[in-house]
Amino acid sequence: MNKKKKNVEFAESQGTSKIKVGDIVIMVIITLLCLTCILPFIHLAAKSVSSNTAVLSKSIFLLPKGINFDAYISIFKDGQLTHSMVYSVLVTVLFTIVGLILTTCAAYPLSRKNFKGRNIFALLLLFSMYFSAGLIPEYLLMKDLGLLNTMWVLILPLAFSPYNTLIMKSFLQATIPDSLEESAKLDGATNFQILFRIVLPLSKSIIATLALFFAVGRWNAYADAKYYITTKALQPIQYLLSNMVLNSSSDSVSLSEAAQVVSTPEVLQAATIMFATLPIICIYPFVQKYFVKGVMIGAVKG
Amino acid sequence: MKKQEKNKVFLPPKKSIMYYIKKDWQLYVLIALPLLFVILFKYAAYPGLRMAFMDYKPAKGYAGSDWVGFEIFQKIFRDGDFIRALKNSLVFNFLDLLVGFPVPIILAILLNELKFPRFKKTSQTILYLPHFLSWVIVASVGYTLFKPETGLINILLRNQGLIQEGIPFLTEKYRWAVTYLLIGVWQTMGWGTIIYLAAITGISGELYEAATVDGANRFRRIWHITLPGIKSTTITLLIMNLGRVMGSNFERLDSFGNVQVRDFQYQLAIYVYEKGLSSGNFSRATAVGLFQSLVGLLLVLLADKFAKSIGEDGLI
Repeated sequence: MNKKKKNVEFAESQGTSKIKVGDIVIMVIITLLCLTCILPFIHLAAKSVSSNTAVLSKSIFLLPKGINFDAYISIFKDGQLTHSMVYSVLVTVLFTIVGLILTTCAAYPLSRKNFKGRNIFALLLLFSMYFSAGLIPEYLLMKDLGLLNTMWVLILPLAFSPYNTLIMKSFLQATIPDSLEESAKLDGATNFQILFRIVLPLSKSIIATLALFFAVGRWNAYADAKYYITTKALQPIQYLLSNMVLNSSSDSVSLSEAAQVVSTPEVLQAATIMFATLPIICIYPFVQKYFVKGVMIGAVKG
Repeated sequence: MKKQEKNKVFLPPKKSIMYYIKKDWQLYVLIALPLLFVILFKYAAYPGLRMAFMDYKPAKGYAGSDWVGFEIFQKIFRDGDFIRALKNSLVFNFLDLLVGFPVPIILAILLNELKFPRFKKTSQTILYLPHFLSWVIVASVGYTLFKPETGLINILLRNQGLIQEGIPFLTEKYRWAVTYLLIGVWQTMGWGTIIYLAAITGISGELYEAATVDGANRFRRIWHITLPGIKSTTITLLIMNLGRVMGSNFERLDSFGNVQVRDFQYQLAIYVYEKGLSSGNFSRATAVGLFQSLVGLLLVLLADKFAKSIGEDGLI
């Protein structure tokens, strides 16, 4: 920021104007790219609350016509989607909590320089990131552990994340000075006390960042549900969505029948996509101010 | 050498393991929990890899199935489906890298050149967003936009009189390949800029001032200062990505898959899923998974070695 300011001041002192053609070109490019990121969703949102006739006549672009919420009403009436939504939120919250606890438990000791054996522990913890047994052995393991067709198969196996541990470890090493811990030690603090009274309160931004990563990761993933879960009631919303929208198979029909929908599949699909995106859109603005800083510190030192 | 000798002089005699456990037992308790998870949910699956060397029959279990040595591997290397999946994986991952790798660098440089802080912040926030959407959502949106008949893009093009019939962006294999790759770039481009922007922030502002005094224009400043300044970050990330050239994202392929584009969509992740869980050919799917993991690991190790040999930090 500072450097930028200096450059601008410098340019001014040279008598050149503040904004050049190049700046405008860059702003136009960036604006166009940003538009590609939001216009599709505005289009979908418009479609999801438009009347069937307007959608069928293909006249919906960014503004809805003949506003009605029929499609959303049928989603709520249907029950399957709302059930999946509630279930997915529960799974995501549990997963995030377990994930954060495990990550902290691993990252804090690994960030302590005089922790004996930390290289061995780091290797043991991180190796699974580079070498996995593959789908079938892991499937059979889940079967042996009795986790198939349970909610826990979506929570436990992925709850420890080597990648997030690395980010948090780098953050702790970069932001918490050793002297702080040493002086606490001299005052007779135990490791637990240092962790809970000093380290965690200073790590709010990285915890918020990792919470977002865990939550989004869990919320978005459906491959493991596809592998491990056959019970319909235990399918997370993304898996349901992939069956309904992408395969446009029996599921989308069943929704229409159960709820006696008045919307066309087009409108219904748009509403379903918006419905499943909503939770991310809701938490994103609150956490996004933290994560860039968190990731930057983790990335640069990592 | 010297350092070690020094240490010898000043360090107290070596302490036993018990001393450290007593001193830091709380740290060991903490780390035991994630260790337990890794052992239980990752390492415990490793013994299952022996299936790749057996003619594994689920009904008979490990004890009842016969060892066949490398027969399964010989089989998969003669299997047309495997060869096709391997070829597709390599081609598409390489194209992904070729198309996708430079974009975040260019974008980070452009973002860095933006004058108004608020505009910069807002556009960054918007550009990060696609990274947080699932492949199902991205693909659903893609189908909504690119369908030949009802897709927004085709409607717009037709209204403009540019085309007569809808372009099958996602149902014709070559067009699919392009669309699939570009959507991949779009999804990751904003997120990828974070690390480069961090690296650019680390470049001293005085360099830019000096260059401006010497009469360097914007392009020359980028070419002679910014790019060299992010060189090491770029190399590290490039090597990291090279290590990933064997694995494809199952969800991305699954979400964008349809019958018409199966020729290209059929990659190793799909092969393992279909042969393994759908057709019950456990040994074959495990062998392919093992092959994938080993090559991936080898690439990471080689990349790391290479990074260190050219004076970069390395990954591990």
